[in-house]
Formats: sequence, C-alpha cells, structure tokens
Amino acid sequence: MTDLSINIGNLKLKNPVMTASGTFGYGEEFRDFIDLGRLGGIVVKAVTGNNRDGNAYPRMAETPAGMLNSVGLQNKGVDHFVKEIYPKIKDFDTVIIVNVSGSTIDEYIEVAERINELEKIPAIELNISCPNVKQGGMAFGTIPSTATEVTAAVKKVYKKDLIVKLSPNVTSIGEMAKAVVDGGADMISLINTLLGMAIDAEKRTPVLSTITGGLSGPAIKPVALRMVYQVSKAVKVPVIGMGGIMNATDAIEFMLAGASAVQVGTANFIDPTVTMKIIDGIDAYCRLHKIAAARDLIFALNT
Amino acid sequence: MSVKKLLHDLVVLKNEHLNRRHFVLELKAPEPLPEILPGQFVQVLVEDSPTTFLRRPFSIHGYDPANNTFQLLIQIKGKGTHHLSLLKEGDKLNVMYPLGNSFSFPGGKNVLLVGGGCGVAPLLFLGQWLKAAGVNVTLLTGWKRKEDIFEEEAYRACGELLVTTEDGSAGEKGMVTGHSVFKSGRAFDRIYSCGPDRMMKAVAHIATRKGIECEVSLENTMACGFGVCLCCITPTNHGNQRVCIEGPVFDAKELGW
Repeated sequence: MTDLSINIGNLKLKNPVMTASGTFGYGEEFRDFIDLGRLGGIVVKAVTGNNRDGNAYPRMAETPAGMLNSVGLQNKGVDHFVKEIYPKIKDFDTVIIVNVSGSTIDEYIEVAERINELEKIPAIELNISCPNVKQGGMAFGTIPSTATEVTAAVKKVYKKDLIVKLSPNVTSIGEMAKAVVDGGADMISLINTLLGMAIDAEKRTPVLSTITGGLSGPAIKPVALRMVYQVSKAVKVPVIGMGGIMNATDAIEFMLAGASAVQVGTANFIDPTVTMKIIDGIDAYCRLHKIAAARDLIFALNT
Repeated sequence: MSVKKLLHDLVVLKNEHLNRRHFVLELKAPEPLPEILPGQFVQVLVEDSPTTFLRRPFSIHGYDPANNTFQLLIQIKGKGTHHLSLLKEGDKLNVMYPLGNSFSFPGGKNVLLVGGGCGVAPLLFLGQWLKAAGVNVTLLTGWKRKEDIFEEEAYRACGELLVTTEDGSAGEKGMVTGHSVFKSGRAFDRIYSCGPDRMMKAVAHIATRKGIECEVSLENTMACGFGVCLCCITPTNHGNQRVCIEGPVFDAKELGW
C-alpha cells in the first residue's frame, strides 16, 4: 500500500486527488456514487457576496475533447452558504475548501472574512480567473499588479491557507504566479478554463448566450501541463494542478510537472466515480514502479 | 422524492430501427430496476467515439420492471446518436439513471398528451402508465409526413390516437396546435406535452386560454445530468431551475408560458 498522503501548507490530504470548483456542487450530489471520505479534498462551487443568477441559457457547448461553459458564478451568496450549505457539508470526512469570487476587491474581502469564521474550512481558493463574468473574476487574474493587490487584501483578513487560482489567459503564467506569491498566496492552483468560442454554422449564431466561454476537458491538458511546469519552476509555494484530468495517468503527469496535488473537474460530469478510479490508479502506479509515497512523484520529471 | 441514482453497464437486448432517423434501444439492468416514473431520463455514455465527449440524455420511452428492462427512443442527430444507432444485441452501454422529476399524475379523468416528432418519447411511457391507472388518454401526435409515423399500435393501445402531418398525408393537415380537438369543446383535465419548445409554448397558450393545467418536458443541453454543472438551467417564476433536477417536467405556468 502506497503512502498517498500529501501535506501542503497546513492541509493534510489523504491523497492528492481533489475536486475542482464548479464541477462538484457542494459534494452532496455525488453521495449516490462515491464515498466522499476517500477524496483528498473538495473545492466547492464559487461563493460570492450576494446571490447571482448567472448567465442566460445556453451555457454549454460540447467541443472536440472538451466543453465550453458560461455558467457565470451562479450561487446564492455567502450568507446562504454559511447558514444553509456549511452545516450540511462541514462534517464530511475530507478537506473542504471554498472557492471565493467577487466583482470588487471589497467583495472578495467580505466573502473571505465570512469564510474565515468557519471552523471546518481550512482554506479558500481565491478565484481571480473566472472568464464568464463581466466584472471581476478573470480581470483580477490577468494583470500582475491587480493580482498582487487582491491577494494581499484577502491575505489581511483571511488567516488560514490561501490558495490563488490562476487564469491561463495570460502572456506569462510565471509572472502571474510570482505576483500572487508577492501578495501572500500560500499555494497556487491552475489552470482555470481557457477562453473559447463555439459557433453554430447552420444558424450562423454563437452557441453560448455570452458568445465566449471557458474551455475545459482533455483538449486543454497540454496547455495546463505546460503552465503547471512553468509555475513550479517560477515559485516555491505548492502548486495544485488541473486541466483536463480524466484518469490516473493524467493526474500523475501533473504531479511530475510539479503539482503537489491535482483537481479533477469536467471528468466528474461524465463519470461521477472517476475520482475513486484516479486514487486507485495512482496507488497502482506507485506500487508497479516501486514508489513508496505519492509525494515522491512531485516534480520528479527527468529532463 | 430523490431516488438513488445508479451507474450501470446495461445490456442491449434489442436495437429496433423504426425508420432512417429513429431507433429504440431496449436495455436490461443487472439488478432489479428501481421505480422509474414517466418523464424521467437517463444519461448514456457513448464509448469509443473520439468526437463525443459528454453523456447523451434520453427520456425513458418504456419501462418493464418485471423483466428489468427499459426502452429509449432515439433520434439520430449527430455523431453520438449515430454511434448509438449501431449498437447490437449483447453490447454493453454505460447508463446513469433514473434522473430528473416526473410528470404529475393521475391529473384527472381525461387527459391529452401532445407530442411532436421525437417528443413522443416520454409520452408513450406516460400514456401506458395513465391507462393502467384508469385514466382516459387522448394522444395527439404531430409529424412531417405519413412515412415518418412510427409505433402507431403502441400509442393506440394507450387510448385514442390523433395525428397531424404537415403535408396532410395522414390525419389532419397542419401542426398539432391546429388540430380540431382543440376546437371541439372536449374537456380535458390536464395536458402533457413534449416536443420542440415552440410547439410546447403554443400548446401551453391554448391550455392557459382554456384554463387547463399543462405540463411540459424540456430538453435543454446539459453536461452532467445530476445537478452540478448548472448548464441546463431554465428561468422560472422562482428563479433559475435546473432542468436535470427540478425538471425536466415543469408546469407551463412556472415557465411563464
């Protein structure tokens, strides 16, 4: 039996496999399919200051080896999360991380302060990379100075582990990583979705109501691997890698590229049991290759 | 209300092609089927197709718990459904089921079911269920032309079958909403409808005018089918609702139709 445990920051993960925000609801929807207690962690759906209805339908387009979405951070706001959702999920036997988003720095601060009070939430993931909202979101994650500013502002009020989720829609991902570490990020997760577009040639219209949306799935995996590798070289903080992970081999590739843990996103839609298969697959890989601990895979790339 | 969702490899018992564009898959479960209600749907994994990434949602067309089987009526629309149309007896198909809510019933003594094209898929199961419950079922179906009509006998077995065709080659000429049944003064306690949104909206308007309850089944595009991707939402008079969880069946009034 391989030692699958991973310690990053103050987080003690049972294994490196977490679920990506926006693809796992608040975990409850998966209880019919898997034992949530086997997961390394769950990153729940983005929480904003107030209720958001999200974008108009259609919000989804299937594309080769992936999909575009433009959900637009639909959620009922931080108050609802604290009062209604948190009590239902706080005793899950896994690490629960809340994805925090906003349109203004003040909104990020407001949400982070509220989540800081929740005993069973050991970390937040600062979402400065959502491509599907008009204000905020990705706007904070594509200019280094702004990324430093929002990270530093949240760091002042948030006392536990601060993960910052980066957008791939930038010229230099290494520069963005340094910018959020300068702001006080304890960890970095990447990548969020790539900005994309789908067109219906018959109707001569965009498929999505918002015209553009975020691309996810195996189509983006090579880009994500490259960026995880570059960030791992650029900064010292732990990196959580994601982008098109469909199986254990994909997850292992991200760890070899420098990720200490991974998040599984779009694959959950197709196979809600996929995270269990990935955990078992990492264990099997380590046993086959006589690797004692999963952590030995981190940045173990021969170049 | 929430029944446990299952994820199983089901066995294809039969793949019956009704015409060039429609086929019915009969699937057998490895263990006793849970209770499945008319209006519910499944998410099917299309394997070995390089261009088909997400599961494909289909409503349940027939349900036979005694034999552990259910049927899906599928229209060939793209590569995923084409791939499914090639399945053979004995092939395995990975299916997530049962998903979504159901039509509400019995809904009265006399009900009208209105389906357009492949929209008849959940209505056959509903018609069979209602007939078994002692409800008088009238089924109004709309087609392009006579050659497109399939499964007439099965629909007739549920009750009275009314037909419209766009070219007038069978039944009344025109669209379902122009059918004489709506002018006949016949009293229905409830209308259930499935088909293109435009058709269902027109049916809902007739129902509103006549003061009849009306339920419609939506088929918004979705990624997951079990409530997490938030892609299939529809606006309702109480906010955005997920077609895969709160739907696919909605009271037309909720949708503001």
